[in-house]
Amino acid sequence: MPQREKPSKPHLESNPGAASSPESLLGDRPWAESCEATARPASAPVELIGRLQAIVGRENCLTRSGELFAYECDGLTLEPRRPLAVVLPETTEEVAKVVHACREFDIHFVPRGAGTGLSGGAHATAGSVLIECSRMTRVLAVDAEDRFAIVQPGVVNAELSTAIRHLGLFYAPDPSSQQACTIGGNVAENSGGPHTLKYGTTTNHILALEVVMPDGSVQHLGNQTGEMPGPDLVGAFVGSEGTLGIVTEITVRLTPIPEAIETMLAIFDDVVPACRAVGRVIRSGVVPAAMEIVDRRTIEAVEASVYKAGLPKDAGAVLIVELDGSPVCMEGEIRTIREACNAEGCQAIELARDEEERLRFWRARKGAFGAMGRLAPDLYVHDAVVPRIHLPEILEKIGEICDRHRLKLANVFHAGDGNLHPNICFDRRDEDELARVIQAGEEILKACTAVGGVITGEHGVGVEKRDYMHLVFNPEDLEPMYWLRESFNPDGVCNPGKLIPTTRFCVESNPKARGYDEVPL
Amino acid sequence: MSADLSNSYGGAPSLASLLDRSLYTDTLDCVHCGLCLTSCPTYRATGRETASPRGRIYLMRGLAEGLLEDTEVLEEEAFLCLGCRACESACPSGVHYGEMLENARSAIRTEQAREGRLPLAAKIERFALREIVPRAGRLSFVVSLLGIAQTLRLDRLMMKVVPARLAEMMALAPPVPAAKDRCAMPPLTSAVGERKGRVALFEGCIMSEFFGRVNDATRLVLSRAGYEVIVPEAQGCCGALQAHSGDLNFAHDLARENVRAFGDDLGDIDAVIVTSAGCSAALRDGEAWLGESGAKLAGGVRDILEFLDEVDLDLEFKPIAKRACYDDPCHLIHAQGIASAPRRLLNKIPKLELVPHANPEACCGAAGIYNLTQPDMSKRVLSPKVESLAAAKPQIVATANPGCAMQIASGLEEAGVNASVVHPIELIEQATRP
Repeated sequence: MPQREKPSKPHLESNPGAASSPESLLGDRPWAESCEATARPASAPVELIGRLQAIVGRENCLTRSGELFAYECDGLTLEPRRPLAVVLPETTEEVAKVVHACREFDIHFVPRGAGTGLSGGAHATAGSVLIECSRMTRVLAVDAEDRFAIVQPGVVNAELSTAIRHLGLFYAPDPSSQQACTIGGNVAENSGGPHTLKYGTTTNHILALEVVMPDGSVQHLGNQTGEMPGPDLVGAFVGSEGTLGIVTEITVRLTPIPEAIETMLAIFDDVVPACRAVGRVIRSGVVPAAMEIVDRRTIEAVEASVYKAGLPKDAGAVLIVELDGSPVCMEGEIRTIREACNAEGCQAIELARDEEERLRFWRARKGAFGAMGRLAPDLYVHDAVVPRIHLPEILEKIGEICDRHRLKLANVFHAGDGNLHPNICFDRRDEDELARVIQAGEEILKACTAVGGVITGEHGVGVEKRDYMHLVFNPEDLEPMYWLRESFNPDGVCNPGKLIPTTRFCVESNPKARGYDEVPL
Repeated sequence: MSADLSNSYGGAPSLASLLDRSLYTDTLDCVHCGLCLTSCPTYRATGRETASPRGRIYLMRGLAEGLLEDTEVLEEEAFLCLGCRACESACPSGVHYGEMLENARSAIRTEQAREGRLPLAAKIERFALREIVPRAGRLSFVVSLLGIAQTLRLDRLMMKVVPARLAEMMALAPPVPAAKDRCAMPPLTSAVGERKGRVALFEGCIMSEFFGRVNDATRLVLSRAGYEVIVPEAQGCCGALQAHSGDLNFAHDLARENVRAFGDDLGDIDAVIVTSAGCSAALRDGEAWLGESGAKLAGGVRDILEFLDEVDLDLEFKPIAKRACYDDPCHLIHAQGIASAPRRLLNKIPKLELVPHANPEACCGAAGIYNLTQPDMSKRVLSPKVESLAAAKPQIVATANPGCAMQIASGLEEAGVNASVVHPIELIEQATRP
């Protein structure tokens, strides 16, 4: 870290009711500056474009309107933002040079991986250049003995596991978009996945990072042993959604492929008893690798798609339980899970017959989100977490909210860790429906936080949930996050407007400012 | 020539209006999840969103919704696409990308012609695909000329004097087969032994000129398997290359001729057997192209490998002691979902060691005549294919589409890999020879 002048201690204010309304949300935070300060250029300076072209080559610097149009959003199609330019660097040096050039012209920049994120974390905030890492796809080193790999940020999650399979190793975090999403994006979002239940999220698998800081310097955080004296800066970086800097090299922990894997499907009449069965399994002390629930509407969509796996279409819900580890333990654990499911009145339990069927189940589960494109033109993939004990009641509540707003809901979620994904199918061209989707989304988040949950489990805050942060944090809680960002990214030039709510002014002047800057999300 | 061709676009819908209608509705199937990205060879090569299926669809939607005015990027990216349809195999939402691409390309070419800015290369391509490829006599004449040039080694000489681009195109051309392999197929081949059924063979234009031996092997195996094989004389080009090039209306005309040639109701034909994956995929589009009138032919189409796998094949296989790789043609695996049938058939051949190689389902870069129209990208896509095949060290590479066979053969030769490239049916024919 470069030497910087320490920021003065923020003026703290005691306001116990602060989280209750947007106006009081930010209080007199010193960082709650005016929106006007964020007015940004509408086009990139010609000289800057010339510089960027010289750094990455003409064909890797995109500036035509059609090209910029295609980059206006990631997996969140609401609230698109056209970048000033898109650069596709190939090396750390190029990223650093691009950052230097942007700084010189006072232009903001936003890192992007494959653009599969669901909270708009890679949207180009007004007047910024997108730094797209899709050409940084090299696996730089693999050490089978010490079980780590060093990769560039554009390496695709699933392809890393494929590349090291012959060594008997895999990269454990498996977000459902793993066939396309990148490790760099996973670091930014601290991505989870079905196997988070046993293996933890991305942060548990990152040993060290090389980052290009917002001032263009290159820093190394952490170390391949995973041990480093002093504050855990790697931990701070993972999940910071690209607001602290740009990751250019990642040292990941590799995990041995388990000796045995068994995957079971338990079929239920409804999602509620399936959730109760999950509670029973957890109470029994067995830790499955994954416990996932898909509901009837999700099954219909998946079974109509290329990822069909023969899930029963008449089931109200299917609970997928995966066990892995030593074969000697497996039998007893399977028995425990059978008992838990039977106690909640499950109709049937099937075991995947072979590896091919097991993979088919998982492809179906992981293709579920995309398959919902069959139900309506647009899909709002929601993400929230509740304590597992509250799963049954919260699912009923979410169903009730969507019914009341006349919205089509499909549930597919990581039941084992209480991470919900209520997916709302809609048509964004229908303004009334869009408004109801946003309203329902907000009510769902409030219902989840009311029982002690949080507003995102793995998709991140981005622009989508930035202004819902107050549901979980009061201004005193947000303060240290702000100062952390400030110490890495002092002028807010890297991925501005994401994650941490910024301006009191915006919220006050436009109560509908539920997304970034001006338009309601 | 150019005036002529421009006129022939008359009456076709413009880019905006076409995007407004069916294509626009199709773009709504995409929820922008991005699962297609890594399946796309041009995205992998460039890292550009605009060179991905998701990006191209987003551009189509943007143009249709009036959010984007500039058509330039879509015009380029639509033709940089290989049309391999690997994205369809990855798409959980069931987007009909191949169909959308053909519609978009057709709309683009129509618009360009109307505005008098059709690129010269597109004019030449259109001329060849309308006036030479679908006309058996003319195609045969051109291929004969190429054959003479090859025999006299004129091609190598010419390569030194013609522009580099043309030289590359000539290098891709496979050796023209001997005259006996280019003569017409017998109109009827009886079944050997008890007759199980009657099938019609679709010859294909390039297939019959360069791969007559594949069609002949097909005829022989079918006959040995108990099928009477007819070769309807009036059949013609399937229209795949024309449709891929954005000349959809002309492709539809060709499809109509084939519907007539095989009989509107197929008569007593059990199946229309096709030996080229590109052709079988296009013929299967008959319903989408022509509506009900094309449905019967489309429904009767079977790729030869699919057909042999479906029927109860009562043949004795003799061993072929070779090491082989099977490489999936995109239009077989992605457009028709046929992947295991060819492997099951090859596994019937004793001692044929079928070895896996990395990414057999990835495009080789041939993509119809893409290797001629986009030679640079075609080479970038071919190179990982050649690498993965070379690593598997096969003696034989089997693939079921003429374009792929030519492309892979030229790639292997350039890399100094010594393996022969054949259609799986040739191996089956050899193994079942009485």
